[in-house]
This record gives sequence, structure tokens and C-alpha cells, in this order.
Amino acid sequence: MKIANKTVTATRLVEDALKKAAEFADYNIFTSLNTDLALQKAAEIDRKIAAGEPVGRLAGVPYALKDNFLSPEGHTTASSKILEPLQSPITATAVAKLEAEGAIMIGRVNLDSFAHGSSTENSYFGPTKNSADPTRVAGGSSGGSAVAVALDIVQFATGTDTGGSIRQPASFNGVYGFKPTYGAISRYGVVAMASSTDCVGFFTHTPEDMDLLMQITAGQDPNDTTTLPDFYGQKSTTATKPTIGIIKDFDTDAIAPEIKQAMTAQIAKLQKSGHQIVELEMPTLKYALAVYYVVAPAELASNLSRHDGIRYGYRNAEASDLASVYAKTRHDGFMPENKRRIMIGNFVLSSGFYDAYYLKAQKVRTLIIEEYQKAFAKCDFILTPVSPNPAFKLGEKVNDPVAMYLEDVLSVPINLAGLPSLAFPVKSDSALPIGLQLVGPRRSDQTLINFAKEL
Amino acid sequence: MSNKYQITIGIECHVQLATKTKLFSEVDNDARGKAPNTCVSPVDYALPGMLPRLNRTAIEMAIKVGHALNATINPLSRFDRKHYYYPDLPKGYQISQLYQPIIGAGQIELPDGTKVRIEHAHLEEDAGKLTHFGDYSLVDLNRAGTPLIEIVSMPDIHSAKHAHDYCKELWRIMTYAGVCHGDLYHGNMRFDVNISLALPDAEKLGTRAEIKNLNSFRSVERAVEYEYQRQSALLDRGERVVQETRGWSDDTGKTTSQRSKEEAQDYRYMPEPDIPPIRLSNETIAKIQATLPLMPADYRARFAGVIPADTLEILLDYPQLIRKLGEFADLLGENSPKSIQKIANIFTSVLLAEENTSLLNDPLPSAEQLRDLALMNDNQELSSTATKEVFLKFFDPEMHFKDTKTIAKELGVIQENDLDALGQIVDQVLQDPTTQQAQADFRAGQEKVLGFLVGQVMKASRGKANPSSAQALLRQKLQN
Repeated sequence: MKIANKTVTATRLVEDALKKAAEFADYNIFTSLNTDLALQKAAEIDRKIAAGEPVGRLAGVPYALKDNFLSPEGHTTASSKILEPLQSPITATAVAKLEAEGAIMIGRVNLDSFAHGSSTENSYFGPTKNSADPTRVAGGSSGGSAVAVALDIVQFATGTDTGGSIRQPASFNGVYGFKPTYGAISRYGVVAMASSTDCVGFFTHTPEDMDLLMQITAGQDPNDTTTLPDFYGQKSTTATKPTIGIIKDFDTDAIAPEIKQAMTAQIAKLQKSGHQIVELEMPTLKYALAVYYVVAPAELASNLSRHDGIRYGYRNAEASDLASVYAKTRHDGFMPENKRRIMIGNFVLSSGFYDAYYLKAQKVRTLIIEEYQKAFAKCDFILTPVSPNPAFKLGEKVNDPVAMYLEDVLSVPINLAGLPSLAFPVKSDSALPIGLQLVGPRRSDQTLINFAKEL
Repeated sequence: MSNKYQITIGIECHVQLATKTKLFSEVDNDARGKAPNTCVSPVDYALPGMLPRLNRTAIEMAIKVGHALNATINPLSRFDRKHYYYPDLPKGYQISQLYQPIIGAGQIELPDGTKVRIEHAHLEEDAGKLTHFGDYSLVDLNRAGTPLIEIVSMPDIHSAKHAHDYCKELWRIMTYAGVCHGDLYHGNMRFDVNISLALPDAEKLGTRAEIKNLNSFRSVERAVEYEYQRQSALLDRGERVVQETRGWSDDTGKTTSQRSKEEAQDYRYMPEPDIPPIRLSNETIAKIQATLPLMPADYRARFAGVIPADTLEILLDYPQLIRKLGEFADLLGENSPKSIQKIANIFTSVLLAEENTSLLNDPLPSAEQLRDLALMNDNQELSSTATKEVFLKFFDPEMHFKDTKTIAKELGVIQENDLDALGQIVDQVLQDPTTQQAQADFRAGQEKVLGFLVGQVMKASRGKANPSSAQALLRQKLQN
């Protein structure tokens, strides 16, 4: 992390970032810029540095905030119409921790509306373009975050990962993306998607930066009672020559050749440096996508119930009675993909269907968790691709929701099991960035990130 | 009520817990006298990204309630989401407990010994309040997130009176346990009553109607009576009772249809993913259960045969009185049923007399003061009038800290029970020329003039003479 000092001032870092943000405006990365406040904060940090006062571990580091985090700086939109005028009175725990170390938010970045999507095309503000090829998607839902880091506008960006929303855009743009163990970082102040799989995480250029961000933001939070007791950075966490598992079941024709190639190259590299490779059979994982598309819609439909036009956000002005306030506000305020998922969620929770869908899905989820536990008895980490394909063309899958959902097939099992997973870029002959991911047991976050430093 | 049909009643009771803060946020739970929407946090108005923080005191109160209902406490319980849209429900769902409630099966006993089983009881959050005006409505979220315990009875109630008694007994239990302010007027407790009718020999219960949101024992009783008439008239005509939700109007004395089963909402229940399961160890449960004060049933057992049942039931409506009586009985140590009766009578006849009820808000006399009062009355040092007079002085801010005897002395109401002293006063009266005619009349057989003579003795003693002793002495001296 390049933090501000007497020669490279915070003001300079922030001005450079804002200049680059303007330069790449065509990529549609930012939903709003935080110019004035960012410069004010930079000036304050520069004053402290000049006066010899202590500054934080992220002093003057510009960053991009996925626009589903709440803070009083700017408006949180979740890239939706229904939240467009929302100013938050509170600050998300993760944001508060970053700011306390002197990080400076230069702008809020685009996502699929309410994080529903894998391409950032479902944004009310239009799609964000891929950093390597502007005719392609950024990935999603944290597309704006990934592109902002990939184009080096900022040194890091926040993200949320419910079913792959950090790792997939990270791999589409050739940067590091980390989804921690479920409960490692507080979800307080983050617009919820699916509560039982939502994780806050980051995009960085290096695993070292990721480690620092985790040290700063991980930890138990009384405002989120699903957070785990502090564990990140608590004990010595280097694995000596970890054994790497690879999942045979994932070696199918559905995986693009260039990604298979990248996998093969990475395995060879690991073997060469003395790592033992074990093959894993994980037959339950093929049900993960189906389970995910029952559990996640149920939870997100429930979480989105609060957007009713009564207390905040958009309200349809023509609505004349209570039923039409609800119907028209939600009709206008949500994107088609939001509505699709709300419908699925409400359906699977309906009386008479709950047992057949939601309850059954939760049982399969338990089997998936157990299958990972067995796998980690045989290896330290699992190596898999992040997505079956590199970044696809803008518009290519917009009208085929299931094809879009299949983009998440390699990432959702990890969310269902609550495991940490780091997406890292690999060198390949492909014109498009390719990422692979390392998955570890719960709470192995730091060991995992430290291992990635050696790759 | 005729008794052609057997009526079967099950009751769901919502109890607002008197916690300092709300069930899932740290704002004030006591909105009495506060402006609308001033006790509301971002959690309560459902700002995106807000997560519930479970109030541990509510859990402790639930454990107490469970114990008071003679119910099991589940070592593992969870919260669930119950979805519906209404402007008083900010999240679009209520956090409740459907699948694994904190309180399991229990049972309570009504004053006449009837047992009513409790199916379960669970924790949930209250909704806000909607006020309707001409063409608009206003939402007040002060109440949104107030902790509630919903107590679900088994269909063990078979009369309007028992429905009334059950609700009242729950109210007493909750106020005794100290978990609820018990202010029914402000909705601290609300009752949903399920009522069905069937012929006495029928194998199955009849179709039920649910009367929602009753907030007094009297309206519970009246609604049940009305429903018996309504449903029995339908059944008599060979028609069917519709399963539906009905509302009650105190003004018309009638229930009216609100929503039929076909229109019933699908609440789309699902486990609440934002709150980890509540795990309670046996030690924690036992520790909290031990803090439960004595319940109405405990006092009934204690004072049975000592205080008449009807007096006892009146006293049970005032926890502070029955507790004081318990304290008093503890102090007396040995069995002293007459003194306990005496104090119980003073409580009901003096303190609960309309002109004195304001005194109920003041601190009660100490058990020691009451012990001395009963003793002085027993010893005939205080007449019954003087006893009440001294008792009322216990509430006088100038007097309440003084012991009974001092107060009695200052009032000058201690009866003269010294027979020698009394004899001197009697002699003095008999020597008084103004009493000579009366003495002659008495000797001539006119019994009623004795009252005049007793009056003269009382006057001469400045009211301290014991009237019956004075009468006996007079009679003795005049007949010699």
C-alpha cells in the first residue's frame, strides 16, 4: 500500500485518483464521486503528517466503495432506483475501520442492482465495462470495484460476495479478490442481499495489501451478532508446503479451454515447487447452484421487503392507495433481475412449498458443508477456477438468466459453506485476464492469503 | 348462555415486556408520554444494512415467564421471519419464533382450580401504530420492536367466565413476575380469542372464529358471550360457522367479520439468518428462575383457609398488598390467622375504599407497624375505629416513620383498659348530679339509659375508655 508521506502527499494521491477516475469515465465505474470530502480529508492527513502527528496504516490511501455500503458520505444507491435518494445516518463497521486508519473514499462504484448479477449489467446506472476489453462485462456484482482497481484508479476497493460477487469480477479483471470466512468482517451497514452467505471483502493488487485490509477490518462486531470471535491475525499462520486439492468433478467440458490450461499450468507449478496434489471427489457440489438459487432468493426477497416506499427512498408519486404505493413503487424501483429473484424467493417460501424447496435446500447445504470438511481432511487448500469462462461480451447473457447463473457454479458452493476463498490472477496466453481461486477451511483466511504471497 | 352446545376456547395473549430497551435495538422501550417516532433507531425503521441485536434482558424475562407458567424452557430456540406488508411493519417481516420457541408446554390454574394448559410461548417484536385521518394515515414507530411474549393456550377453556379468569390470571402472573407494566388501557396485554361450538357428544371441535385484539378482561368475556349466541344461532338454523378473523366493538357489543380463511395471508415463514440460535445452559435457566417472586397461586396456597377466598382474590389484584401481607405473616412467625385476617380486612375495607385508593401509590406501612397495630387491637388498646385511624396515619408523611404506639399516643386514641382507673372515672360519673335521674331510671328497669351513662364515661375519659368495660363496670356498680 502506498500511504501518504511528506513528499507524496495525501492530497496528491487523492488528486491522482480523481484524475484517473475522470480519464476512465467511459467505463462507467463510479455511481458518484466524493471529490470535496476526499480532498478535505487528504488535507487533514497532510496537516497531521506535516505536524508529525500519528496517522493510520492507510493514511491518504484512496479507495473505491461498492455502492451498497452505508456511510454518511454521499448517497447509498445499491445501483437501484428505489434507494436513489438515501443518505445514511450511520457508517458501516468496515468503512468506519478503514476510515479510522486514514483511507479516503474517492467515490462509490457500480454494481448489479442490490448485488443481483454476475456482470454489473443489472445496474440502474448501466453496465460497467471490462478493464481489459471495454466490449466485455466487468463481471459482477462488484464490477465497479474490480475495474477501479484493475485500471489502477485506486489501490483497493471494497466488495461484497454472496455467491461469487468479488472473486468473479476480480478474475475477469486480473486483480486479487478475497471473500473471507462467513462472519469474519461485520455486515453492519452493508445493504443485505442473502444474509446467510453475504461477506464483505476486498479487491487489491497484491496479497500483502489484502492481508493488511483484513487485519484492519476483520473482527467481532456487537452490531452484527453473526460475526465470529476475532481470529484474523491471532496466531502464527504459515502452512509449510500445503497439500493442494483439486476437484475432479469440476474438470468438465463446461470449463473453457484457456481456463483449463491455466489450471494445468498452475498445478504443474505447484508440483514443481514441491506441493503434493490430491484429487478430490465432491459429487454434492453439482447441487450447489440449485441450492443457492433457492436459499439466496428466499433471503433476498425477505431482505428487500423493507423497500416499500413508506419511510425512505423512492415512492411512486401517482400511487393513490396503500396497495398501489407498494405495487407501483416496487415495480418502478426494482430492476427486472431483482423482481425475478424476489418472485423465486417468495415462491419457495410459500405455504406448501417451504418443505419441498427451502428446507430441502438447507439439508443439501449441510451435505455440501460436510463434503468440504471431508475434503479438508485430505488437503490444506482447494484450487479451482473462479468461473467457467473469461469475461463475456456485454449483452451476451442478459436475456438468458440461467446462463448468467451458471457463471457462479464454481463460486457458490464456497459461499454456502461459509469458507474463505482468494481469487488471484494468473499469467496466460489468453488476451483476457484469468483468475483461479484457493479455498481453505473456515478461519484459515490468513494462512490462505500468506500462501498466495508465495505463488 | 344456554348449554345446548359446548363452547371451546383457546386464547393467544400478547404481553409487552417492560425492558429498558427494545428487543433488537438500544433505544428506549418506554414511549409513554413521548412524541411519535422519537424512540426509533435505524434498526427499528429498517434502514438497509441494519441487523438485529438481541436484548438479553428479554431472554431473561422470557425464562421468568416460562417458570411462572410452569413451563419448560427450551435450551435451544431460534427466531423466524413472518412476512406481510403493512406500514406499521418497517422490515416487511416480523421477527418471531415459529419453529423453535423459547418456552415450551406449561399450565396455569385459575382461582377456582380449573387448569389451563399452555401450548407454548414465544418471543417476538411488536409492530408500530397507524393512525388514520381523512385521506391519509400516519405511522408511529415508537412501539415497533417492543419485545412481546405471545402465550398460546390449549383449547381448555369452556366458558366466558373462565376466559375472563384466564386472561386476568395471566395479567396477574405477568405483573407479579415484574415483566410487564400491566397497563391494559395502553395495550400492554392484548388477547386473541378462538371460539368454537359443538354438541356435547361431538367427536370433533366445531369450526372456530378468532376474535382479535381484545384489550380488557370484560371485553373478552362479552365477546365470548356474543360469539356463543351468534354461532349457536347459526348452528340452530343448520348453517355453518365460517373460519375467519373477527373484530370486537365495545360500543356495539358485537363481533364483525374481518378476514376469512380463504383471504388469510401466507406469511412465508423462514428462519431468521441474522440472529444466531439462543442456547441456554441449565445453570443459566435455574439462576434466572430462582429470581421469580411468589406468584398468585403461591399466595392462594399460603392463605387458603385463613383469608376468605373472595377477599383473597381482591387482594391478589394488588401485588403490593398481598406481598405486604406475606411479609406481615412472615414476621408473626407462628400461625396467627386472626391477625392476618384483621390486616387483610383493613387493606380491603380501608385502603381499597374509594376515598383512599390514592394511598396505594404511597409506600405501605412496615410489617412491624402492622404487627403492633394488630397487637394493640387484640389487646383492646385500640378500638376498631382507632385502629383504622392509626392505619391511615401510616401514610401521613409526618407520621409514617413513627412506630404504631407513638402514633396512637399522639392521636390520643389508646383505650383505657386499666379497670382501677376506669372504676375511678365511673365513680366520678355516678357522683355527678346530672346523672342521678338516669341512675334512678336504670334501677327502675330502663336498660337503654345505660348507653347515656357509657357515653358520659367515654366523655370523661376523653374517648380512651374501652366502652364494653365501662358498660360492665356501670352495670355492676348500679346493681349493687
